[in-house]
This record gives sequence, C-alpha cells and structure tokens, in this order.
Amino acid sequence: MHELSITQGVIEGVCEAVPEGQVSRVTLEIGRLSGVVPDSVRFCFDVCARGTRLEGASLEIVEVPGRARCGSCKRELDVEQLLAMCPCGNPFLEVIRGQELRISSVEVT
Amino acid sequence: MCVTCGCSGTPAQEPIGSTPPEHGTEHDHPHAGVHRHEHGHGEAHDHTHSHAHRHPDGTVHSHLHSHPHGGEHVQVHGNVHEHTRHVDGADRTTARSVALERDILEKNRLLAERNRGWLVGREIFAVNLMSSPGAGKTTLLERTVRDLKDRVTISVVEGDQETHIDAERIRSTGARVVQINTGTGCHLDARMVGRALEELCPPMSSLLFVENVGNLVCPALFDLGEGGRVVIASITEGEDKPLKYPHMFRSAELILLNKVDLLPHLPFDVDRFGAHVRQVNPGARVLPISATRGDGLGEWYRWLRVEPGSR
Repeated sequence: MHELSITQGVIEGVCEAVPEGQVSRVTLEIGRLSGVVPDSVRFCFDVCARGTRLEGASLEIVEVPGRARCGSCKRELDVEQLLAMCPCGNPFLEVIRGQELRISSVEVT
Repeated sequence: MCVTCGCSGTPAQEPIGSTPPEHGTEHDHPHAGVHRHEHGHGEAHDHTHSHAHRHPDGTVHSHLHSHPHGGEHVQVHGNVHEHTRHVDGADRTTARSVALERDILEKNRLLAERNRGWLVGREIFAVNLMSSPGAGKTTLLERTVRDLKDRVTISVVEGDQETHIDAERIRSTGARVVQINTGTGCHLDARMVGRALEELCPPMSSLLFVENVGNLVCPALFDLGEGGRVVIASITEGEDKPLKYPHMFRSAELILLNKVDLLPHLPFDVDRFGAHVRQVNPGARVLPISATRGDGLGEWYRWLRVEPGSR
C-alpha cells in the first residue's frame, strides 16, 4: 500500500509549496504505468488530509496513458502496461510517457 | 517557485478571473532572505506601493507593486494575488488556481540524493536489498558478513514492520546494525535511511546493506540513495515473479536467484526465469546463488567490489 506514502507526499508537497490558505482542490497526474493505483490514492486522500489545510479538498486525478518507443524499429506506440511488445516483435520498449506522479495544480481559497 | 529567479519554493500562480501578474525587469536579491520584486500588470499604473511580509521560515519578503486596480490587494506569498474588489466594484472572492507541476516523490528524491552524496563522499558502497518475505535476504546477509568481515567493515540497516529478530541475527555476526520498524509501513524511504545513517555512522570505505521490508511492490518506487539495487528471488517462488512484479525487477541492476541448492527437488527452470527477467529488464544481471551452500557467492562478492576485478 505505497499509495498511503504517495498520498502523504501529496499533502506534504502541497503544504510546502503553498504555505498559506485553505486548499479546496488538488489535481494530480498519475501515469498508468507508474505503479500507483488512483483509486487507492483517492481512498487515502481524505484520511491523510484530515487536520491539514487540505481537509475537505476535492481530488482530481488525471490518468496519463502509457506511450513507449521501440528501440528496434523506432516507432512509438500506446501501451497499456509496463510489459508490452512492439508489433515488430521487440519486447524491449522504452517507456516515454505514463510513469508520471505529479501534483499539477491546486486551488486555494 | 518564482519564475524569474527561482528564489523560493513559491509556485507560479494565476488568479482566476484576472490577468496573471508579470515580473518586471527589476529584480534584486540582497542576501539573508530579504527579497524585492517590482511587478507590472501590463496596464496603466494608478499607484505603487510596497509591502513586506514574513514567510514561515522567518525570511522577510518585500514587494513593490504597481497595479491599476482600485480594490484591495492581498499578498499571500510570492506572486499569489487575490483581488477581492475590482474597479467595477464587484466582489470576486474566488479560489486561486496554483500551478505546481511538482513531482509527488520529490521530497524523497531530494533526501535520497542527500544520502547518496553523503555515502559517496565517504566512499561507502550502499546496497538496497529487496525481495518478497522469505526469499533469504537475512540469511544472505549473515553469510556475507561472516565471509567478508575480515576484509571490509559492514553495516546493516534492517527494515521490518515489527520485531528486532533480524537485527539480532545480523548483530550476532559482528556487523553494526540499526533496526527500523516501519509499523504499518510497507517500505523504507530516504528519510528513514537518513536517520539510520546518522545513528550508524558507517566508517569510510565500508559496505552498507539496507535490507528493505519484504515486499515486491512498494520498495521499488522509493530511492534510498543507494549505490546499487539488488532483488533477491528464490526458486521456491516460481519463475513468473519478474512478470508479475515488473516495477520491482525493472528497478534493480542485479537479480540474485537464491536457494539453487533446492533445484533437484523443485520444478524450476532457471533459463526461463532469466528470460522473464530480460523481458522486464534487459540490462539486469541474473546470478544464481545459494546463501546456505555457498553457490555463486564469489561472484556476489566481486559485484560488491570487495574482491579485485569487480563489477
């Protein structure tokens, strides 16, 4: 359940970057290949936010689809999971998108 | 962060429903945390005023502002602007949208880099040992310490949810050890390891093992500042583990396949396991070992740079 630590990282990161004001909304980017489950982060968020300036804030998670580049035929393709194979037969793809774990923005009142 | 100078952790911010403030050209930074900006809003300036405020860290921050608005102006931090009254007299108390674009794991990464710098500066080779529970991390460490302790000083950070059992096992080999109990936590992070380093204070040119919490999922995401990442798999777990836990196997540079002394008794295909590792992490090296019988340990010690002709 590393999503608990990840969510605590969100709370700490926001409190550090925005030192004053009540946070009413948090938008995260979570890549589909990041190994972090958005639903688990949602589950943890309210608990982690309690007693902080993020208490009661709404959480929006933008899931970033996976994208990889084939080192063999050089084409780029969408991938659903970390283990994907290029149509050319090469199973070693370089992930170029989908591993994001980012706090995109917050709203402060 | 201030987009002009990168002067603090303050993010670029944009008040909803108004023109984002632009930094002017004047920008000077006296030391000791005093900070001065001139802002322009791109319109005719009706008045100019300056005000100072104190940050949570105690630094004082003074701003010179020019703006055409007739309303109140509340400066929260850096360039956060809240306009409660506008020239048209309407109240627009709104939420401010603050663009952060900040990595969630940034703090852990920074702490990990601090650990890494400290370790490299002291020429300490730190190894993050990860595996599922029962793959043989502690047994391998006991054997490693016993075999190498006359050649190099070894310190160990033991991570477990509960108990000091593993720390006692390691201590009995003569190594210096600190136990971290994570409680409900399922992995070690850079902060925990930083504290353990302060306590252990491993000597120059020594070897440090961090035995992570037994778990093939969570530890993969957390950089501890180590110099090498090792996953231990054992033949009792099956050949498919690399495919089932790709994040973990992808994060390591060395995969130790432990308990090969049991191969005659189990239907385990070492080549197939190797192929699965390559599918997930083509650059990783697979080394079959037996921590109890000693197979492959000479190679392991070379990888640890304890013997000549290492990695």
